[in-house]
Amino acid sequence: MTTFAPAPGAAPVARQLLAQAGMEARLMLRNGEQLLLAVVIPVIVLVGAVRGIERVGLDLDGRPIDVLTPGVLALAVMSTAFTSLAIATGFERRYGVLKRLGTAPLSRATLLGGKVLALLLVEVFQFVVIGGVGFALGWSGPSGLGGVLALVVAALFGTAAFASLGMLLAGSLRAEATLAAANLVYLLLLAGGAVILPASLYGGLGDVVRWLPSGALGEAVRSACDGAVAVRDLVVLLVWTVLGSALTARTFKWE
Amino acid sequence: MRYGDKLAVDALSLTVERGTITAVLGPNGAGKTTTLETCEGYRRAQAGTVRVLGLDPVRQRAALLPRIGVMLQSGGAWSGARAEEMLRHFARLHAHPQDVGLLMERLALHECGRTPYRRLSGGQQQRLGLALALIGRPELVFVDEPTAGMDPQIRRAVWELLEELRAAGATVVLTTHYLEEAERLADRVHILDRGRLVASGTPLELTRGGTVATIRIVVTQPFPEGAPAELVRALGDGTELTVLDPLSLQLSGPADSSTLATVASWCARHDVLPESLSLGQRNLEDVFLELTGRETL
Repeated sequence: MTTFAPAPGAAPVARQLLAQAGMEARLMLRNGEQLLLAVVIPVIVLVGAVRGIERVGLDLDGRPIDVLTPGVLALAVMSTAFTSLAIATGFERRYGVLKRLGTAPLSRATLLGGKVLALLLVEVFQFVVIGGVGFALGWSGPSGLGGVLALVVAALFGTAAFASLGMLLAGSLRAEATLAAANLVYLLLLAGGAVILPASLYGGLGDVVRWLPSGALGEAVRSACDGAVAVRDLVVLLVWTVLGSALTARTFKWE
Repeated sequence: MRYGDKLAVDALSLTVERGTITAVLGPNGAGKTTTLETCEGYRRAQAGTVRVLGLDPVRQRAALLPRIGVMLQSGGAWSGARAEEMLRHFARLHAHPQDVGLLMERLALHECGRTPYRRLSGGQQQRLGLALALIGRPELVFVDEPTAGMDPQIRRAVWELLEELRAAGATVVLTTHYLEEAERLADRVHILDRGRLVASGTPLELTRGGTVATIRIVVTQPFPEGAPAELVRALGDGTELTVLDPLSLQLSGPADSSTLATVASWCARHDVLPESLSLGQRNLEDVFLELTGRETL
């Protein structure tokens, strides 16, 4: 009898945050399509682009692997923080997961914090895999501790910008429309958003694409691997974050 | 509460006492779920006041949520999450969660603990929903049609669980379509129809309903010619006769202490040997149908 005696109470926020992040990261890494998006496609893009550029003889500012690996790391951030997050959240709305979580003593801030932490966990995994493949292909890696720190900062800013845009998409469209739109935007930015290839290769369009979150993230990660902090690009990402969060806060529908 | 120009719940006033099981009954569209969701803080009452455990469910939701458990009618899980994983996750969100293994065993979930949510049967999803409502050891539980689609044994197990919760001091508010569920479990029953409260009381108060009784007689040989009609005359005005088949009939109408004696002397006069004879008050189903109209079931 006593086992059912009421003993209500919320867990400490830190425990809730870790639980939510762990759960979401597990679900993301367990899902085949998400895993494809998170590591398989970036690795294929990396290997394919290195081989392709050697053949085409594109004029790069450095060895292809040193230019492309940071670009593919930026792509990985974009795929997780934008596409995976948007699709997962879209279906969470559709299946009532957000509604059910709304009955648990979990604040919206903790839920969002858990989501961001889950994205970062998945990105660490992506960076290990993609970085490993890069090193195997001769990548020289970020320059020194300063480069690693700058890379972390760039990834954080990029995650914030793309996550706010992903949530904007997921909170306003139906799940299927979110799925389609998130994949379409990903493909368009992959092809022409200056993520993988530097904006300088886009000629006159280079100045335009650096205003895109994809271009800004790509440039920020490339600069970071050279040991520099690209303040201008980080500011662009910050502006996208503010814009995306403000619109999401206004439009997001939980059900 | 309105949805567009449809009035879902109107001028509803009811109070739930702590440590009791309260059933909210009503046909589809009566406003049961809207009422529950207003108490849970999902919807803001457009007029009037709602207090749950003394708190405003919308403005004081953060203080309310740790204290209540909510079972939704359906859905609410990641399609790829396993049943046990889902339950463990919700346990981690609470300060003093219920033992996961115990709840799984009590709700017959142990054999599907590793099954992803999308592959659980409807009944298993329901039971997981109930487990998720109870995992935080709430003092107040809202359950929306807890046993819909469950087989009879499991339904009984759920009933026992809810009764144990009440015995342990928790308060349960449930909606249901099953009248026997309300009759068996509830301390108080509220019947809603088209958004209005049409009756409230203990199951006994609602079914006592004064003096109407139903008598069923089943005999071994067909009734003699004219005998049923004579019984109706003997029982007096207002008695309604239904001949179910040549061997059984049902009477309903006013009853008092002499009713049974009248039936017995009629049996002796016509040399009728009843194989079974039952006299019963109306049940909750009769009350429900009277109040909400027969066409709705």
